[in-house]
Amino acid sequence: MSTPVAAGTLSASSPAASRAWARWRRRRVAALAESTPATIGIAIVLAWAVLALVAPLIAPYPPNANDMAALAHPTPSKAHWLGTDHLGRDLLSRILWGARPVLVIAPLAVLGAAALGSLLGLAAGYYGRWIDLVITRACDIVLSFPVIILYMIILAHFGSSAWNIVGVLTLTKAPIIARIVRGMTLDLREREYVAAAKMRGESALYIMLVEILPNARGPLVVDMCLRTGYNVIIIGALGFLGIGLPPPDPDWGGMVKDTYGMMMVWPHMALFPCAAISSLVVGFNLLAVGLRELGLRD
Amino acid sequence: MKRFVVKHLLFLLLTLFAVSFLVFTLNEFSPGAVARKILGAYATQEQVDLLTRQMGLDRPVLVRYVDYLGALASGDLGYSTRFKLPVREVIFKHLANTALLAAVAFACIVPLSTVLGAVAGMREASRLDRVILMFSTVIASIPEFALGVFLASVFVVWLGWLPGTATLVAGGGWSVAAQLVLPVAVIVLFDSGYVVSMVRASMVEVMQRPYIRTAVLKGLPFRAVILRHALRNAMLTPVTVIMLQINYLVAGVVVVETVFAYPGFGRMILEAALFKDIALIEAGALVAVFLAVVTNILGDVAYMLLDPRIRA
Repeated sequence: MSTPVAAGTLSASSPAASRAWARWRRRRVAALAESTPATIGIAIVLAWAVLALVAPLIAPYPPNANDMAALAHPTPSKAHWLGTDHLGRDLLSRILWGARPVLVIAPLAVLGAAALGSLLGLAAGYYGRWIDLVITRACDIVLSFPVIILYMIILAHFGSSAWNIVGVLTLTKAPIIARIVRGMTLDLREREYVAAAKMRGESALYIMLVEILPNARGPLVVDMCLRTGYNVIIIGALGFLGIGLPPPDPDWGGMVKDTYGMMMVWPHMALFPCAAISSLVVGFNLLAVGLRELGLRD
Repeated sequence: MKRFVVKHLLFLLLTLFAVSFLVFTLNEFSPGAVARKILGAYATQEQVDLLTRQMGLDRPVLVRYVDYLGALASGDLGYSTRFKLPVREVIFKHLANTALLAAVAFACIVPLSTVLGAVAGMREASRLDRVILMFSTVIASIPEFALGVFLASVFVVWLGWLPGTATLVAGGGWSVAAQLVLPVAVIVLFDSGYVVSMVRASMVEVMQRPYIRTAVLKGLPFRAVILRHALRNAMLTPVTVIMLQINYLVAGVVVVETVFAYPGFGRMILEAALFKDIALIEAGALVAVFLAVVTNILGDVAYMLLDPRIRA
């Protein structure tokens, strides 16, 4: 970065270039609004993000408070809009609070996987030879392992906490990102601007992070969007299997696990959390469909 | 071809070694912990120490790992503390149950997603394409347990047509066939969404090739172009994807099995993990990885057989 010769840093700081960049960004945002799936997807994800953010302000009850009087009639009522669960806890409040851990863990794990996977993929693609062989083989081994079984063994062994889930999701998703980035690096490292950077005497790390990685971001963004949706599914599934976030704090999957046995009597207890998690994943996946359409257009 | 298979079998062996070593060290790194897991939280420390010495757990991890490999090679998988049976019997029984579920689901997924994907991809961006794409995206977005709850609330709670559990014990007036309907439906819906989009993408790509344009321009009926020229080539890429679904069907359906209390392989591993039944976890993980890598190889072989261009 300190070398003034770096063409990228020079042009990006000139006013003309920054105006062009701003124009390009505006066009992109306008195009995103044109795509119906993307618009619906953004609306859903933003709605959940806002609800999660203001949950402490708008939730009618504390998420873990039991209303034993309501337990006689736990179905939706004026006092409890979505009813209560089997312990008399307000479902609406629990669903609003339950959006918070999911919306932190899922994107965090995606960022972790993207960072680790990009580094591995860049190193494998740029250096080639034995480094490539070792990284590719290690990724293949992790990928050949049925992921959900890996989660079960690791989380049942180390116990479950938010950080452990982030760690496991990062480790198991990074190989997929590494594979994508490696493929693109193999192509990009032959370009003239990489040769120019080498000639200037830039370090390998600079070339990988500043010259190659930004040009590989298109497919990565779509993939990260899809992966956030999958992570939400997996976090829900882990909660449902009883190896997700520890109780009693609300977690959508865990709420379903606690109450789906009572479906014959009170189906609403399991149905509302299921609807919440499904809508959030639909949001992320529609956003990914929209982004991919955009990518195909230009 | 021969070189390809040998290379992949070597990779299979390497993977199995790596996985068995990882799972072994993860479970048995601290010697006292193994005896503690077997005896439970209420055993005294003397009992734990005694068992540790008896089982030879105080020896170095590497030595014990070699021992363990020797036992594996002679076919001795150990004893399951959770099911009170030899591990081999437990795994065999649960694997057979899962194979039944997976076979029925697979038999539905393949034709369904091929037809939908091909129909959607043959005219890109047509109304039918958009409807199918939207539908498969939304269906694939719903977690399996939520799909299970949605379907059960309609067909079990509301209509009362089907049983809510599939324990495979014909009882309560429901046949085993009726018990299988809902689990299979959940798996087929969840998985098809993904496979449909793969087949569609491949079909879209094939329809842009020059030979399709030639076939249309020389006056072939559209139906003949699709059936005789496009479909066969469009199925090349998805074959690998479809073979990978076997992997998901064997191990990934643990959530569906849990929803419907189905005594399958995934649930067995979950129970083993929660119960700290180490012998069963280790053997189960090996079986799962073995199946995963073998279906991977079969997918590649099928791809080579279908595509003469890469048959070297």
